[in-house]
Amino acid sequence: MTSSNNHSATLAAIEPDRLETLRHKARFVIEEAARQGADAAEAAISAGEGLSVTVRLGEIETLEFNRDRSVVVTVFVGQCKGSASSSDDAEDSLRETVAAALAIARQTGADPHNGLAAADALARDLPDLDLHHPWSLTPEQAIDMALACENAGRRDARIVNSEGATVSSHAGARIYANSHGFCDGWRSTQHSLSCVLVAEQDGAMQRDYWYDSQRDPAVLQAPEAVGERAAQRTLARLGAARPGTAELPVLFAPEVAKGLIGHFVSAISGGALYRKASFLRDRIGSQVFPEWLTIRERPHLPRGSASAPFDSDGLPTREQAFVQDGVLVSYALGLYASRRLGLEPTGNGGGVRNLTLTHGDEDQAALCQRMGEGILITEVMGQGVNLVTGDYSRGASGFRVEQGRIAGPLEEFTIAGHLGEMFAGLQAAGNDVDRRGNIHCGSLLLSPMKIAGV
Amino acid sequence: MTSATTTATTSASDLIGTAQELLLVPAGLDTQGLTRLLDGALAPGVDYADLYFQHSRHEGWVLEDGVVRDASYNLERGTGVRVISGERTGFAYSDEIALPALQQATRAARAIVRQGSEGRTPVLAPVTSPSLYAAFDPLATWQAPRKVALLERLDKLARSLDPAVTEVTVSLNAVHDVVLVAATDGTLAADVRPLVRLNVSVLAERNGRRERGSAGGGGRVDYDWLEAEGRAEHWTREAVRQALVNLEAQPAPAGTMPVVLGPGWPGVLLHEAVGHGLEGDFNRKGTSMFARRFGEQVASPLCTVVDDGTLPGRRGSLNVDDEGTPTHCTTLIEKGRLTGFMQDKMNARLSGFAPTGNGRRESYAHLPMPRMTNTYMLPGESDPEEIIASLDRGIYAVNFGGGQVDITSGRFVFSTSEAYLVEKGRIVAPVRGATLIGSGAEVMQQISMVGNDLALDSGIGVCGKEGQSVPVGVGQPTLRVDALTVGGTA
Repeated sequence: MTSSNNHSATLAAIEPDRLETLRHKARFVIEEAARQGADAAEAAISAGEGLSVTVRLGEIETLEFNRDRSVVVTVFVGQCKGSASSSDDAEDSLRETVAAALAIARQTGADPHNGLAAADALARDLPDLDLHHPWSLTPEQAIDMALACENAGRRDARIVNSEGATVSSHAGARIYANSHGFCDGWRSTQHSLSCVLVAEQDGAMQRDYWYDSQRDPAVLQAPEAVGERAAQRTLARLGAARPGTAELPVLFAPEVAKGLIGHFVSAISGGALYRKASFLRDRIGSQVFPEWLTIRERPHLPRGSASAPFDSDGLPTREQAFVQDGVLVSYALGLYASRRLGLEPTGNGGGVRNLTLTHGDEDQAALCQRMGEGILITEVMGQGVNLVTGDYSRGASGFRVEQGRIAGPLEEFTIAGHLGEMFAGLQAAGNDVDRRGNIHCGSLLLSPMKIAGV
Repeated sequence: MTSATTTATTSASDLIGTAQELLLVPAGLDTQGLTRLLDGALAPGVDYADLYFQHSRHEGWVLEDGVVRDASYNLERGTGVRVISGERTGFAYSDEIALPALQQATRAARAIVRQGSEGRTPVLAPVTSPSLYAAFDPLATWQAPRKVALLERLDKLARSLDPAVTEVTVSLNAVHDVVLVAATDGTLAADVRPLVRLNVSVLAERNGRRERGSAGGGGRVDYDWLEAEGRAEHWTREAVRQALVNLEAQPAPAGTMPVVLGPGWPGVLLHEAVGHGLEGDFNRKGTSMFARRFGEQVASPLCTVVDDGTLPGRRGSLNVDDEGTPTHCTTLIEKGRLTGFMQDKMNARLSGFAPTGNGRRESYAHLPMPRMTNTYMLPGESDPEEIIASLDRGIYAVNFGGGQVDITSGRFVFSTSEAYLVEKGRIVAPVRGATLIGSGAEVMQQISMVGNDLALDSGIGVCGKEGQSVPVGVGQPTLRVDALTVGGTA
């Protein structure tokens, strides 16, 4: 590989002066909005750079250099609001973006709930969340890592093909500013490694993957470990059968259990609630999960993938429970939704950040034992989740569990039920907690669900 | 099949002129400058390189609670530089359209090359293609108050249709996308792509039960088209009707049974069951279950499926794809036999096919790959009524949410949003949303009746692949699948 490019040198880090540059741009936007006639304004500005390398079947497939800029401006004229965004953060473009937002605000209807947070409610004394861990990764090193990962995954002869192994590294900075004088932000990095393999047996192909993603490259799983895990998962699918139509208990593996908790998060999010589009509307104070379950948000978790010192409204994030002893104790609300609902904001503008669940001391094998007869679900497919009604019906694949042990792969079936009953009927949460991503969760054992197959 | 009312006569050179004015002139660039940049990308060993310039504006207006209280405007512009050597791709992009940034991106993308033969300076020649839509800016076709007034009128209409309607959300979106492609194979192509969409979503509430209904449409047309021929009112009535139907829905059955799919949007079946599996990249790599089945019978002889990017005014249509290749109508499956894949330039070259105009990308910041345009099944001979009447016990599904496919195993799902239980040939009752699951080639073999009522969807499709979203169309006549697994609870 030639080294005629100088991109690799700029990938290592977002320098502190970059944050200062963004701060300057954000202040410019706020001043410009006032100059053009806005009564109040807010701006979210981000910049990032990255490198992504994919190898496939031992050869380099793609080498991508990413460079992203984003400016989002919201202005208020009285109680009317307008937003505009751009991928260009040059001063001329910032002026145009402000003008575009104002043009919209002059056409939209008044909303008493619009407006910035109160000045004294905004975040102060921001904690350092240890989110910025630059990786001085050259394209050559990234290629070597990806090759090591894919090679480790291809040792078994039944792995006949590959969609490749990818190493990516990204560093970015973001600033939020508003016309109360708030102007702050942070730098962060995200590094990841993934591998997708294809296995074949008796003319039938199966595909699966594994990945890791971390703020700090030092704790990223070894490339070989990711490749081997991808291979294990792919090989385990070979010879999959279809289950019969039945009612059976199901055990969600952590990677799909996260999604189930994700539906809960969507259902307690402000937007779904004030639109009356959630089956958990008006359920504060009621038992939604079994008594042993508490769901907490830990937005200040050091190096957490969703950690943030303040939310998208500039309000401080805070450690809090959404579910305490099975009871729904709080919704997840940004500023606007909280005003619509007549409640206090919860620092959840832009979503929830690092959810953790209480769990017992059983691992996945022990939970299989506890289930006895049922299905371990390792993949769900499709969009068959209706948050208005709570109806749940999705494609799935996984493993038959007989007498407490994994007996063989299953595919091409559906699982169906109602989210409210699935939550209330939770039997156990495992200690095999997957901390990648925003929801940290182990395997979840559910009460029987309807399985549709042959 | 209806086609858009917009008549278009713009020539290729007009499009290139328009795109140059917007994309190149402000940066002091011209076609000679592009030739020099491409020449710079042609290091030894480079098979192909291209520059993709884009200027894209989007607006979205949303009405909730009877008031348009939020709207947004987005501008994205930039250039993507791609360099291909064998099966390797180097890619870099810049949100600045300026010579130094382009030179830097070109150097970065070229780092993919290790060795090879010397390239030759390209001679750029304009690509000509039929004009499928007019080159205009849809955002500018109406003043803002008229956009707001349309949303308010539809809100009032939805609420007047039934007292059970409690919430109404109406959104109006438009995109004005101007692109220019210059490539070392001599391609110089441009396109001005308007795209509009209206969506109506309602919640209806009765006896403590709440259900949603939604409908909408659009295409590469102007805002007037949405209002013409009562379309906007029709979609509003559809959304309300669907919510009211769902208020009466009973649990869907569980198990494998015959399913009749209605015309139009249920064509999402084809998009998932065969569409993705016939994209050229998966077949070159051998990761699609269809990869080794070219020429084989992969569907019942009643099935002929095409991908057609040349339908005037359609959401999935393009004058040229994002590599500057004019779009085609590609027959994917003819009377059940696998006859074609969808190709971009790289996959076509590497697997010995011709490009089919399916090289698409979400934006300048994404790499192109083979993608669908408008994918549909040609009509058969059965009377739709007769197809429904053929069901002894099964499901008649007329509306869907999204779908998903695993192209390696062929397993796919799609989820109903309006469906009925049919017994002894008669519609018995609406059933709650259920996911249907099957395996592509098996389900296509199970198609036993194809209706004479081909319809395309109303212009609402978005397809996601490897994190990139592009607008698409689907369509089909009413058809019967003898065995499909229905993921109900009853």
